[in-house]
Amino acid sequence: MSAPLHGLLAEFAEAEHLLTAVRRARKEGYYAACIEAYSPYPVEGLDKALGVRHHWVPFWMLVGAIGGGAFTYWLEWWSAAVNYPINVGGRPTFSWPAFIPPAVEMTILWAVLLGVLAVLYGARLPRVHHPLFASHEFERATSDHFFLLVRGNDPNFDAIRTQAFLESLSPLSVTEVVDE
Amino acid sequence: MSAVLPRDTLPPVIAPEETNASISAKIGDATLRRPTGWLWIAGFGLSLLLCGVLFVGTCWLLYAGLGIFGLNIPVAWSFFIANYVWWIAIGMGGTFISAAMYLTRQGWRNSINRFAEAMTVFAVSVSGIFPILHLGRPWFFYWLFPYPDIMNVWPQWRSSLEWDFWAILAYLIVSIIYWYVGMLPDLATLRDRAPTRAQARFYGLLSLGWRGEARHWMRFEQFNLITAGLAVTLVFSVHSMVALDFSEGLVPGWHETIFPPFFVAGALFSGFAMVLVLGIPLRKWFGFEAYLTERHIVNMAKMMLAAGLFVDYSYFSEIFTAFWSMDKYDMAMTMHRVVGPYAWVFWGTVLFNVLSIQLLWFPRVRRSAGAVFMVALGVLVGMWLERFMLIVTSLYEDFLPSAWGMFWPTVWDLLFLVGSIGLFFFMFLLFTRLLPMLSMFELRKLAASTRRREARS
Repeated sequence: MSAPLHGLLAEFAEAEHLLTAVRRARKEGYYAACIEAYSPYPVEGLDKALGVRHHWVPFWMLVGAIGGGAFTYWLEWWSAAVNYPINVGGRPTFSWPAFIPPAVEMTILWAVLLGVLAVLYGARLPRVHHPLFASHEFERATSDHFFLLVRGNDPNFDAIRTQAFLESLSPLSVTEVVDE
Repeated sequence: MSAVLPRDTLPPVIAPEETNASISAKIGDATLRRPTGWLWIAGFGLSLLLCGVLFVGTCWLLYAGLGIFGLNIPVAWSFFIANYVWWIAIGMGGTFISAAMYLTRQGWRNSINRFAEAMTVFAVSVSGIFPILHLGRPWFFYWLFPYPDIMNVWPQWRSSLEWDFWAILAYLIVSIIYWYVGMLPDLATLRDRAPTRAQARFYGLLSLGWRGEARHWMRFEQFNLITAGLAVTLVFSVHSMVALDFSEGLVPGWHETIFPPFFVAGALFSGFAMVLVLGIPLRKWFGFEAYLTERHIVNMAKMMLAAGLFVDYSYFSEIFTAFWSMDKYDMAMTMHRVVGPYAWVFWGTVLFNVLSIQLLWFPRVRRSAGAVFMVALGVLVGMWLERFMLIVTSLYEDFLPSAWGMFWPTVWDLLFLVGSIGLFFFMFLLFTRLLPMLSMFELRKLAASTRRREARS
C-alpha cells in the first residue's frame, strides 16, 4: 500500500440524499465515530441520524454563566464589605441591589466565553490542515454539495465492499481520501 | 390618495431560483473576485483622512487635556458623551436584528444579520473611545477594573459609571465573538473558492479549518441559539445602563425612571436607521438585489417606524410628566428645552425623529429605497441631536440661576465627531472588501426551507 487510506468520500447534490445515506450507513453497521457527514448549511436531523447529538456546549455555557456571575457578585461583596468597607453617606456596605448589574453582565460574558471554547474544543478547531482538504471534490462541501465520509479505521471498512456500498447510494462521485 | 398596495406584490424573501451554488457564487465572488471600484477607493481615502483627523485630535487631547473642548461648568458633559451614546446605540440595532429576530424565526433577517453585526462591532468599538478619552487622564482607565493594587482601592460598585464599564466590556467582547463564530462557515466557503493561493491562506487561517461536519454544525447551532438569547438580554441591559448614567444623577431632565426603556427604544431606532443607511447602498453597489429585496427594505422601514413611535411616546411622556409633577425645576427645564437658546436642537429632533418618520406610514414611501434612505439618514441626525439635547439642555440651566451657562463647541468637538464617523466607515469599507457581507450558510438554509415549503404546497 502506498499512502494509507483515510477513508472513502461520497458526494451528493441534495441534503435529503445525504440524510438517507447516513441512515443507510448506520444500518449497514458502520460506527457513528467512524462516519462523518458534511454540509454547506446545518441540516436538521443530521446529528441525530449520525447518533452524535449531545449537549456539552450548553452545559459549559451554564457553567460559565453561573461561575462568571457568582464570582463577580462575590468579588463586589468581598471588596466593598470585607476588604475595604467605606461609609458612603450611611449606605450599607453590602448594597446588594446595586451589585447586580455588573454580575449580570459577567454572567453573559463568561457564558459566551466558555461556550466558544467548548465549540472550538469539541470541534477540534483550529486545525488548518486536514486530509480532506487534499480532495478536489471536497472544495464544494462549503459551497453547495453534501458529503459522506466513511473512515478507514472502521472495523467494518473494506476498500472494495465499502466502495460498492457507497456506489449503491447513487452518489455523484465516490473518491478516496488519503492520509498524508 | 395612494391606494394600499396588496402585500403579494412584494417579492419573496428569497427568489425560488436561488440555489446553494448561486448563493455561494454571488456573495463569495463579491468579496473574492470583484475589482475594487473607484467609488470604494474614494470612500476609503476619505475615511482614512478622517481617521487621521481623529488621530491628531487624540494626540492633541492627550497633550493639552480636556480644555481643548467647549466643556466647562455647568456643562461638563457634551459632545463626547453624546457621541458615545449615539454610537453604542447604533450598535444595538445590529444585535437586535441578529439575535432577537433569529429567536423569533424571521427568515428575512438572514440576509441582513451579517453586515448588521459588523456594524455593531464597529459602532461599539468607536463608541468605546469616547468615555475613555473623556476621563481626563485616559491612561488610568484601568482603574475601573478591580485588581489588587498597592493603593488597596476598589472600584465604586454602586456607581452606574462603573456598571457602564462592565456593560461595554461584555457587549464588545460578546458581539465580536458572536460575529466571528457566525462567520466561520462563510470564511471556509471563501477559502474553498479562493482564486489565488494568498487568498486561500488568508481565509484558511481565519476560518480555523472549518469543514462543515455535522459535529461542527451541532455545536455551532447550540452555541448560536444560546448566545442569541443572551445577546438580546445584553442589548436591553447595556443600553439601560447607559441610560442609568443619567438617571442616577439628580439633574432635572436626567433623573427620570423612563430613561432605560426610552434609551433602549432610541437605540433600536437609530440602529435600524443605520442598517438601512448601510444596506441600501450595499445592495445597489454589490448587486445584492436578489437577497436584499424590496421586502427587506419595507420590513426594516416598518421596524424603524415602530421603534420611532416608542421614542416619540417617550418624548411626549417626558414633557407630560414634567408638568404633571408640578416640579418647578422640571417644568423650567422643559421650557428651556422647547423655547430656550437650544430650542433649535429640540425642534430638529422633533423634525427628524417625530415628523419625518410619519412618511413611512405610506406604502409608496416604504417601497422607495431612496426615500427610506433619506428618512433613515434623518433619523441618525435626529438621534444625535436628541442625545445632545438630553445632555446639554439638562445641564446648562439647572437649579441656581447664578450657576447657569451656555455651551459652545470648539473645532475639536466637531472634529472628533467627524473623525469617529471616518473611523467607522474605515472599518466598514474594509469589511466590504475582505469579509463575506451576507451570511451565505443562513441564506442556503433559508432557500432550502423555502423549497421544502413550496414542494409541500
